[in-house]
Amino acid sequence: MAGNAVGLGNFLRFPAQAVQNGGGAFLVPYLVSFLLMGIPLLWVEWAIGRHGGRYGHHSAPGMLDRLGPHRWLKYVGVFGLFTNLTVAAYYCYIESWTLAYVFHSLTSTFRDVLPTEFFPAYLGMEEGSIFAVPGEAMLWFLATLALNVWLLSRGLARGIELAAKIGMPLLFLFGAVLAVRGLMLEPGADTGVVQSPLTGLNFVWQPQLGGLLDPSTWLAAAGQIFFTLSVGMGSIHCYAAYLRHEQDIALNAASAGWMNEFVEVILGGTILIPIATAYLGLEVVQAATAGGSGFSLGFLTLPTLFNHWGWFAPFAGAMWFGLLFFAGITSSLAMGQPLVAFLEDELHWKHERATLTFGAATLALGFVCVWLYPGGAFDEFDFWSGTFGLVAFALGEAIIFAWIFGMDRGWEEITRGADMRVPGFFRYVIQYVTPLVILVVFVGALVEPVGRWGAAVGSVFRGEGWPFSSTSVIGRVLHVGDDAYRWVDDSGELTRAFVQDATRLLLLAVFLFLTYLVWKAWRLREQVDK
Amino acid sequence: MTTAAWAMLAVTWAVISFFTIKFFVAVLRTPPSDDRD
Repeated sequence: MAGNAVGLGNFLRFPAQAVQNGGGAFLVPYLVSFLLMGIPLLWVEWAIGRHGGRYGHHSAPGMLDRLGPHRWLKYVGVFGLFTNLTVAAYYCYIESWTLAYVFHSLTSTFRDVLPTEFFPAYLGMEEGSIFAVPGEAMLWFLATLALNVWLLSRGLARGIELAAKIGMPLLFLFGAVLAVRGLMLEPGADTGVVQSPLTGLNFVWQPQLGGLLDPSTWLAAAGQIFFTLSVGMGSIHCYAAYLRHEQDIALNAASAGWMNEFVEVILGGTILIPIATAYLGLEVVQAATAGGSGFSLGFLTLPTLFNHWGWFAPFAGAMWFGLLFFAGITSSLAMGQPLVAFLEDELHWKHERATLTFGAATLALGFVCVWLYPGGAFDEFDFWSGTFGLVAFALGEAIIFAWIFGMDRGWEEITRGADMRVPGFFRYVIQYVTPLVILVVFVGALVEPVGRWGAAVGSVFRGEGWPFSSTSVIGRVLHVGDDAYRWVDDSGELTRAFVQDATRLLLLAVFLFLTYLVWKAWRLREQVDK
Repeated sequence: MTTAAWAMLAVTWAVISFFTIKFFVAVLRTPPSDDRD
């Protein structure tokens, strides 16, 4: 399971999120989120999955339906299909970047072209344009997606997980070598180094308690924890559904969670930021990650480091990006399984038809990310699916598990067959703390005001309305602070705001369509029962 | 790096390493569930 959890989020997303959200200001909410939300939710999801598996369900709608008598429970499970499908769409695109970088490392492309120039050109970025038609990137994306669908349709995901047992330790080992080499870079002594890598490391680890009061930082921290642990996605549920009634979930979940944190914080946090700071400078790194997902940072900087490794450079690049591809594909395969399982279990589709449908849907959504990357569609996918969607689903399932399924049955489900003693206080954490913390983070991020909360309440009493911050969820939806907001500019060209709104509407349409499929599946079942 | 940054790094790394090793060893010591049936 650790092989599934460890992926591109550990090495590419975490460092970028840390820089984007203030370094040390991000890290405290991140670590608190891991302890109070990540670990408890891992247990909750494994328990829901194993419980649902007993009734033949391998996806979230059916599993949540079994947690209580209410008809609406299954619709909360729609998130468990939606986040997997929509995250897989842009995740496979990033995965394809790693594959392309394997090729370009081996062909020594980066000896002649700086990665900071190569990468935007590879993505088809052009000054002032919101569209891109990057021929090579599309080919790699198609190849990556085809490989994912083929592995899923042939039922080879298990084989990949077994291969990950060799690939993952290699990735960790090579990551450690990179981290040490990166920290040894010195301005003046090493060509191209503009700043000490320790400046970047200091930015990440300098404690800044200001982040504790910023709901957006909490949302980003919780979102990163959920993304990296695959919590709030529905893929853990699917995996656990295949376990037997008495099989351990407590130790497996704890072990996978802590191993993931080891890789993310100790390795992931020590590779990219120091190296990127060394070659680009901290200010450029902050600018490169501002406002977006920041996945691109590793592709802009690491080949520069490898270039200084002489004859070994092509192999180092190929090995690093190849291992990243391997880590990525174990995760993307896990994302494909819940939707495929839903179509098979609930709509009685054949396996091949279900996997091809997943592939076609991922292709269509993925191409939106590819073509509208410069307009911000990719970042919209990452925020609404990879952060907001995960937190929303986690909130729903935490409340349902603790308060509808009930903590007595819930605790029995978590501890049955456990190969470790689960500390008793986690029962109260799962029942009270986790739902409450997620609720506070969720609502806080939804309505975060400009300035202090007290002043915002005063503003309401003065009849001036709630001053939504531009980083709050509602502020994003309303484009607060974007004075030039419009879909078409003076020259008749579509704007970035149009791409943002269109992407949001598309994601909403996908969610509603999945809700319809769930409704249809249960209607079919009722007809069969009659 | 400031002292505060080093201290936070050291404490966080120590805690994460401790629990990672603890649970990893526990998994290794636990016989596969098939053997216990």
